[in-house]
Amino acid sequence: MNFSEVFKQTNQLCKVSPDGKYLATCVQYRLVVRDVSTLQILQLYTCLDQVSHMEWSSDSLFILCAMYNRGLVQVWSLEQPDWHCKIDEGSIGLVSSRWSPDGRHILNTTEFHLRVTVWSLCTKAVSYIKHPKACQKGDRDGRYLALAERRDCKDYVCVFVCDDWHLLRHFETETQDLAGLEWSPNGCVLAVWDSCLEYKVLLYSLDGRLLSTYSAYEWSLGVKSVSWSPSSQFLAIGSYDEKVRILNHITWKKIAQFEHPAILDSTKTVYKEVEKRPAVGSDEMSLHSITIGTTLFNTQSKYEISPLPVQIPVVKPDPDRANPKIGISALAFSSDSRYLATKNGGFQVQSLNWHCSGDSVILLGKEQLCLCYMDTDQEDK
Amino acid sequence: MGPLIFRHLSLSSFGLPPVWTAGGGSELNIVAVLNCMYDLIQLHRRGLRTLENMEVEQLKSNSNVDFLQLSTTRLKEQLEISKRENTGLLERERQLQLKVKSLQNCLKNEKEEVQKLQNVIASRASQYNHEMKRKEREFNKLKERLNQLLVDKKEKKQAIDVLNNIGRADGKRSLWKTEKTEAKHEGEMYKTLLSDYDTRQRELQLENAELRKVLQQMKKDMVSILSSRKQAAKDVLPTLLNFIQAASEEEDEVFDSSKDSVELYCVHAREKLTNSIRLQWRRLKSHVERLDSQAQTSESKTADAVPRETHEEEMDRLKLEIQQCKDFIQAQQQLLQQQLSSPCDEETASLLSDCYMLQEKERLGDEWKTLEEQRKIFERERRNFTEAAIRLSHERKAFEEERATWLKHQFLNLSPFSDSKKPSLSKSKSAFLICECLFLFPSLSEPPSCVPLTSPSTADLYRTLCLIPEDRYGLDLNF
Repeated sequence: MNFSEVFKQTNQLCKVSPDGKYLATCVQYRLVVRDVSTLQILQLYTCLDQVSHMEWSSDSLFILCAMYNRGLVQVWSLEQPDWHCKIDEGSIGLVSSRWSPDGRHILNTTEFHLRVTVWSLCTKAVSYIKHPKACQKGDRDGRYLALAERRDCKDYVCVFVCDDWHLLRHFETETQDLAGLEWSPNGCVLAVWDSCLEYKVLLYSLDGRLLSTYSAYEWSLGVKSVSWSPSSQFLAIGSYDEKVRILNHITWKKIAQFEHPAILDSTKTVYKEVEKRPAVGSDEMSLHSITIGTTLFNTQSKYEISPLPVQIPVVKPDPDRANPKIGISALAFSSDSRYLATKNGGFQVQSLNWHCSGDSVILLGKEQLCLCYMDTDQEDK
Repeated sequence: MGPLIFRHLSLSSFGLPPVWTAGGGSELNIVAVLNCMYDLIQLHRRGLRTLENMEVEQLKSNSNVDFLQLSTTRLKEQLEISKRENTGLLERERQLQLKVKSLQNCLKNEKEEVQKLQNVIASRASQYNHEMKRKEREFNKLKERLNQLLVDKKEKKQAIDVLNNIGRADGKRSLWKTEKTEAKHEGEMYKTLLSDYDTRQRELQLENAELRKVLQQMKKDMVSILSSRKQAAKDVLPTLLNFIQAASEEEDEVFDSSKDSVELYCVHAREKLTNSIRLQWRRLKSHVERLDSQAQTSESKTADAVPRETHEEEMDRLKLEIQQCKDFIQAQQQLLQQQLSSPCDEETASLLSDCYMLQEKERLGDEWKTLEEQRKIFERERRNFTEAAIRLSHERKAFEEERATWLKHQFLNLSPFSDSKKPSLSKSKSAFLICECLFLFPSLSEPPSCVPLTSPSTADLYRTLCLIPEDRYGLDLNF
């Protein structure tokens, strides 16, 4: 494996464009766009202040740079470097700024979540969405945007058509306090889950009908993370009890459950399911025995296959603090739905990303990263 | 005197003074006698008294003994009772101990649950507190901001500053918001949902078809197994099995007639299939269970032990055979190895390589020799034959000329007189005969001398030898 030279970045703002050709990084108030293969600088833009958030548009033509403390958003074009766009939220403040799924509208959430302003780059029109909650997700194809709303102590979901921001559906959800929503990759089902005080996952169809409810247990802390499989067949729910439960898309009932015990006796369990789809394997992606030195390039980091049984070092979180660092915090399906990578506990892994071929997964830590390759016969950790 | 002496003796045995003094004569001392009598009576009375006393004593002791016996039996019964009570109490104690243990377990579980619930409550409480604090902080910030906004007159408005409008992502022009567009959006949404349901339904259909195939296959297998077992079964139940088999075959027939998969989609056919599968499976299960029980009880029965023995014998025989074959193969392999790897010199090598073929080669050589001889003979004969053929052609040419002249002669001498032909006839005839002989006797090198001429006429000769077609001389040769 070869490593390139080290580039500077701030705020972990470093993203590859959706079409995979460019790499954008933010250094203080500058935006640097490089070519992915040669890493040569193609464009250099200067923003007005330190960039807090940076995002590519879905068609990889525009980049959004948000400066939350100034309440400014600047949009840059790759094709036309002279083109500029600046959105000033004024005194109302800016808390979050996102692209819409179609890549032509920008959704700015004002301070205190008072409202979401939808700015259109095509027509300079402005729309407002009131009472938003902090979760809004666009579907994969970019046609619809689902936004959570809280009005009169009740949660609602608004589904907008991104073309003209027409409100397609507005329905109430049976949650106490909606914590997140996620579109299925085929765009037909919306998974909605409650805050961690209650384990409740609701599945709504695109037209607002409630398809099913799933609740594994009561009272203990509930859902921590949710992820759809790329084929829309499975929904993986990771919870605070250190278990991953997988629901199937036909009956919305649990078909598999994976545990993360502190002592591992069998590293591979393969579940062959009734529908004769490819087998789903569960990998305990916790890092077993890593020897990492202090400097980045002088380390001899080595992975061993530890003999079973293996005791994973567990740090018991402080029970008095909120949002304890236990439970499944990250889930990632591989692209062919064969593998599920999960992160349990307080390991310093910030993200899990699969390669599009489904053969390897990247674990990104705060300072290190590691690549795991899936062998067909055994795992190489 | 005798009785007196006797008495005297007995008195002394009683310890009484003698009745009379020695040498006193036979006068009885009456006083002494009276005393003795009195003593005797006293003694007697004393004896009676002691007897009475002893009887009383005996009675007393008898009653004592009875009393003791009664008391022992009573005490034994009491002992029994108390022993039983003891065991009863022990049993109760044991049960109570068990109960105590289970209650302790329950208590432990309850305590654990209580602990868990307390943890849950604690985490929920901390979560709520956290949320509260967060909301309070946000509220405070909101209040401050509101204050700031009310105080701060200069309000910055929202604004967007774009160099130029960019086109839409899909390149089309945006439409006005009308009912039609709304309806179109609804339509598109429903279309998406429908297509998704369609794909799902198709997939499920495919899966269903496969599963149905598998079930039917299973049913067929089960039926075949059951029917084959029926023949091998030694139960008294074959008649019953027959009946069941017939019934199931009927069912199969009815079922197989509707083999078209489209018809299987209706609920009744589906139910039929699943029910028949269940039935067959139950039969198979019961049969297997029966076989198992048979196998278990067959150790005592010799009738069933025999097949097992034969089975084992068979297995042993087969194993032995396998071993033999393996050994054979091993030996072969070894020999082959030896063959390939043995280091011997050229001559022996060539000899060894030839020795298998030696006999064949010799035979071949002999045959070759005979063939050669035959070939030579044939060569010779062919040569002779060609020579003869050449000679024959010459002679034929000569004969042809002769015949031509003879015919000319004949034609010219055509007259009623037919006497002068004989000498030339004989010559031509001889020529014919020569040809004939040559053809018939190729090995003879020389034409033989004239052969008797009582052979068939010239015409016949011609015809047989096929030398001349008949037509040309048809008019001449009728003689």
